[in-house]
Order: sequence, then C-alpha cells, then structure tokens
Amino acid sequence: MQTAPAAIGTVVKQDPVILRVQDVYKHFPIAGFGGLAVRAVDGVDLEIRRGEALGLVGESGCGKSTLARLITALLPVTQGKIIFEGQEITKMRGARLRRVRRKMQMIFQDPFASLDPRMTVGDIIQEPLDNYGVGSGSDRHKRVQELLRLVGLNPNFTNRYPHEFSGGQRQRIGIARALAVNPSFIVCDEAVSALDVSIQAQIINLLQDLQREFNLTYLFIAHDLAVVRHLSDRIAVMYLGKIVETAGRNDIYDHPQHPYTRALLSSIPVPDPVVERARAPILLKGEIPSPVNPPSGCRFHTRCPIARAPGICSEQEPPLEPHGEPDQRAACHFAGEK
Amino acid sequence: MAQTLLQVEDLHTQFFTSRGVVRAVDGVSLHIDVGETLGVVGESGCGKTMTALSILRLVPDPGKIVSGRILFRGNDVVKMGDEEIREFRGNDVAMIFQDPMTSLNPVTKVGRQIEEAMTAHQRFTPELARTRVIELLTRVRVPSAERRAKDYPHQFSGGMRQRAMIAMGLSNEPSLLIADEPTTALDVTVQAQIIQLMKQLNRELGTAMMLITHNMALVASLCQRVVVMYAGRVVEEGPVEQIFNSPQHPYTWSLLRSVPRVDEARKDRLVSIKGLPPDLSNPPPGCKFHPRCPFAVDRCKIEEPPLADVGPDQVARCWVLMRNVSDADVATAKASSISIAAAQNLKAPEGVGTSNSAGS
Repeated sequence: MQTAPAAIGTVVKQDPVILRVQDVYKHFPIAGFGGLAVRAVDGVDLEIRRGEALGLVGESGCGKSTLARLITALLPVTQGKIIFEGQEITKMRGARLRRVRRKMQMIFQDPFASLDPRMTVGDIIQEPLDNYGVGSGSDRHKRVQELLRLVGLNPNFTNRYPHEFSGGQRQRIGIARALAVNPSFIVCDEAVSALDVSIQAQIINLLQDLQREFNLTYLFIAHDLAVVRHLSDRIAVMYLGKIVETAGRNDIYDHPQHPYTRALLSSIPVPDPVVERARAPILLKGEIPSPVNPPSGCRFHTRCPIARAPGICSEQEPPLEPHGEPDQRAACHFAGEK
Repeated sequence: MAQTLLQVEDLHTQFFTSRGVVRAVDGVSLHIDVGETLGVVGESGCGKTMTALSILRLVPDPGKIVSGRILFRGNDVVKMGDEEIREFRGNDVAMIFQDPMTSLNPVTKVGRQIEEAMTAHQRFTPELARTRVIELLTRVRVPSAERRAKDYPHQFSGGMRQRAMIAMGLSNEPSLLIADEPTTALDVTVQAQIIQLMKQLNRELGTAMMLITHNMALVASLCQRVVVMYAGRVVEEGPVEQIFNSPQHPYTWSLLRSVPRVDEARKDRLVSIKGLPPDLSNPPPGCKFHPRCPFAVDRCKIEEPPLADVGPDQVARCWVLMRNVSDADVATAKASSISIAAAQNLKAPEGVGTSNSAGS
C-alpha cells in the first residue's frame, strides 16, 4: 500500500525552500587509527529552492558526492539536520523514509555501472514503480513506454538489455528510471561527465527540457564549471568539506568573492583562442589537502594567493556570510579582495 | 616556410576482427612542423588515438597499418626495422597518456623509471642520466625533486604523476611529444597547472606537440593548428583561430557549439549531434557524417566529399559548408529534444499511474 501524504503536499507548497541542510557533518572513522576520521562533510549549510537548479562544484575529494548521499538519505549524517519538504529526514526510518525518498531520485555518473546488466530496460525502469506499488501491471507497462519515449528512446525497446545501448542511451534509461515515480527533486551526480561531448549536449538539453516540463528541482553536482553554469540557477562551491561560496550563476562568475572560486574559474580554459591568449589563470599552489587533518583556520589558507598566514586566516575559520551581490555568500576574511 | 617534422600521408590502419574489417584510420593525412602544437580533436572512436599509435607503430592486435606513409624528418616510420623503431620511440617521439597511474610501474621508484627511460636509449651516460632525473623533475615543477625522485608512484598525486610522465617523455629530448588526453583525468586546478607546464615546455624547449583531445577549450588554449577527425577521417583542418571563428564542416561547428562556455551567460541551447558515431566496420555511404548532419543534402548520401580548400590554410570535407547554411536551418538544429506528447501523457491526471496518490 502506498499513499503519498497529501496533507503535507499542500502545506509545503507555500515553502519556497524544498531542501534545507543545517550544519551537517559526515565523518568516516578510519579503523585502527583511534579517533582519526575522514571529515568528508564538515559543517555544511545549504538551501535548495523549489524549481531551481543548484550546482554544487568542487574538486575531487571536496565532499560533494558524500553530501549528495546524505541529502538523499543513502548515508546517515554524523551530526546536523536535513529537512526535505518540511520534514526532517535525518531522523526518519523505514516506511516514512521510503515515502520521502520517492520524491527524490538520483541520476548517476557511470551509465555502465548504474544499470543491472541482467535486467531488461523495461524492468529497470519499472522497478521503482513496482517498489512503490504504482498502478496496475498494465498501467506500469504503459508508463514505462511513455517514459522511454519521453527521453527519446524507442518505446519498443523494453525487452532489450543495457549492453545493447550506448553510453548516452544508458544515461537516458537512468533518467527515465529516475522520473518513473514522479519525483520533485533530482540529484544528478556527475550525470554528464562520462559522456562524449556531442552526447553530453543531448543529455544536458534533455535535463533542461525535463526540468521546465515537470517543474523539477535539481541538485547538479559536477566538476565541469562550464556545464554547471549552463545548467544551474545558483551555484555553491565546496572546498574540503565546506561550502566556501554560494551565489547566482552569473554573479559567481562575474564577481566571485572567494579566492578559491576565483582560482577555480580562472583555471578553466575557454573554447576561444583569442580569449585564451589573453587569459592568465590564477595557479594554485599544490593540491587539495587531506580531509583527515584539514588546515587550521580557513581550510584554503595553505593554497590561497591572498591569505594572511600566519595571521587571521590560519587562526580563525571564516563564516559563510553575505558579501558582494544580494543572495551571494562567501566564507573568507578578505572576501572580494584580489 | 616552416620545416616539416612529421608528415603522415594517406594512412590506413585497420582491425581484422571476426565481425569484419574495422577501418579505424581511413586515409588520414596530416603534418606537424618543427616546434608546432597541433590539436587532433573528435569524439571517442573517431580514430585520433589510433592515428597516434600508428605514428609510434604501437597499434595493438588485431590492428595493422595497411597502407600509407609516416615520414619523420623524411624517414618512413612504416618501413623502419626493429632497432630503428626503438630508437625512434623515445628518442625522437614520446607519448604521454590519459591515466598516469597505469602508465607508471607501481613497484619502481619514480626517479629510477625516468632514469631507465634514458639508459634504455643510451643517449646519456648512466651518471648523467642520474643527475638529469632531478633536473627533469625540477623542470616539470615537482617540488623537492630530489626527495620525490625516491618515492613510488602511489605516493604521488594524480597531477604529480602526470608531471613525472611528462618528465619521462622529455628525458631523451624528443622533438615531438604526443599527448593523449593528458589532463582529462585531473581536477581543474591541476589541469590548469599541467596546461601551463606544457605551454612553457613548448616555448622553452621547442618540442613540437600533438595534443589529442575531445576538449575544444584545451585546443584553444594550447594549439596553433587543429585537425578534426570523424569516423577515421580528417573532416576539417586549419589554424586554430579560423577553425574556431568560422568552422566550415557541420561536425566542427556542432562540436564547438555542443559545449557550454564558462565565460558566457547562458543564452542558447546547446547544439546536440543526434544519434551516434557510425560503426567503422560498416560505415554509411557518401559523407560519413550525413546520418547525423542537420544540413545534409541528397548528394551527401551518395558521394563522399573531398577535403577541399575553404579558406587560407583551411580545408574541409563537406558539400554544403557552414557559410552556405541559412539561419533558419541553424535554429532548427537547436530545437527541443523531448517528446512533448509523452510529457503530456505522463502529466495528465488520468495518465498512467502519474498522480501522487496513485496506489494499489
């Protein structure tokens, strides 16, 4: 038996924020090193508004995928609260959690690893419908066909297996599966990074069309900032388990406040040889430090081109505060300085 | 006139499989001048890596160079004997790959591996090779090179490993460095460091570079000239500014417009190329790109266009050419990709199992 809590649906319609992450931590203890832990997510506050696409960017190891798994309740938090559509999901278990999870679906990076090779495409897409007992058998079958058509695949392909499809087509299957149970919120974890450029554009366009058509909210996790700028309304930049800056997609590119954001943006080459010749990237020293033992004070001070260390930057952790444009926040003692 | 370093002429590399002959490289001609940086771009499976491996005569089984010439300073690589080709690899040309971890030996110290690359070619005495290791690691900006030379590859981060690979590639002072997706596996800030390094090395040492990538931005940043490949063939070639400003082949045009730019606000949908690259054991007749081309005309389906002059130093293999395409056709190429009918059916309240309260 599966009935969505209709009352809640109507109440939270008013709330413009669909998901709140409040001071969330996720530490993975390292066995045999008493007390030591990988501090993958280390005090994150974040809001995702209904109908928007929020881009979450950062280098590998910054904790963005862990945060996605906390938000979708695939991992328990160490500390903190995650509130989805007005309900705190961090405390939920069993059937209640299942009901909430139906509203949040995930699209994964690797379309080769995320589909069961022994299931037909029809079964893969139908599985969430079966899990949640949506409709009758023939309803489900019809819905699977509509979903295939929606993502641009032949609806008669339900009896084929994933290996018969290309990477881009598999990603479409993953998208159809995510949409099967009418979610309101979709987490795309590097959903286009494994695809070839021409296929990547197909999937990006598809995700945009679906968002407009079904009024979806996206959390779009990627390391490719150009893709993120194209797909997102707002962007959050993560560094070593913390959010260092959030802003509207154009504000963050036009007036980045945090030196890490500035460096990250300047490191991306632009497909234009004239612009490229004039561009001087800000090169950061070294690589991202270990999340087991993050630097004191501001975590970025060891690589920061404007840090005053030793000094305030190596001693005091800067809070995420309003800087720059309205709706822009940065965690830096010298936000906006170059 | 610049001096030609490498000249590939009508190269055919084929794979003889149970499913038939796969024409991975199908009549490719290209050249690289001394000290020049050439970008080779295209999607996976277009033959760009196989072209590079053919140049080094490293085509894996069951592949073979079937015909064509690869002239390096006038000597045909295809006809070289075992001893000659050994000298050629490493001494004249070096290659760096996408994944530096699988290209390094995990049980040998990094410094020792770079040293081996030099002693194998006997260009330097063992003593000189040893001192050059530190020099090379410093040159590719590995900090505290002397200490890091004694580390094993797993103690290096991804960026540092790629630096070590570049140091190894440069150890015998080759005149051509082939880099196959050298930054794809790296984080953006590290990628910027490696791009900067490759630019500096090209400037300081005059090493010519062949950069194989699918990333158009990387080509804009590093290369002077571009070769665009599709289905084992060169479809367009020219100086980087011209190719980016006025691409004439629809494939080049689509590639450039299929990637969003980080320095521009979103104004437009991305151009997506419909369908998939062709099966190279059974390519389509006519222009190999016509089944995916939004601007194809009847002639494209029957007759393959030749690589013809379309501008100064620019050639393209197309009957139509982008300069002849109307704005209206360009707009259609960017049209919506989802099935509106399917979306309506899925949204309709009486639609199949759609409403939130649907239950059994």
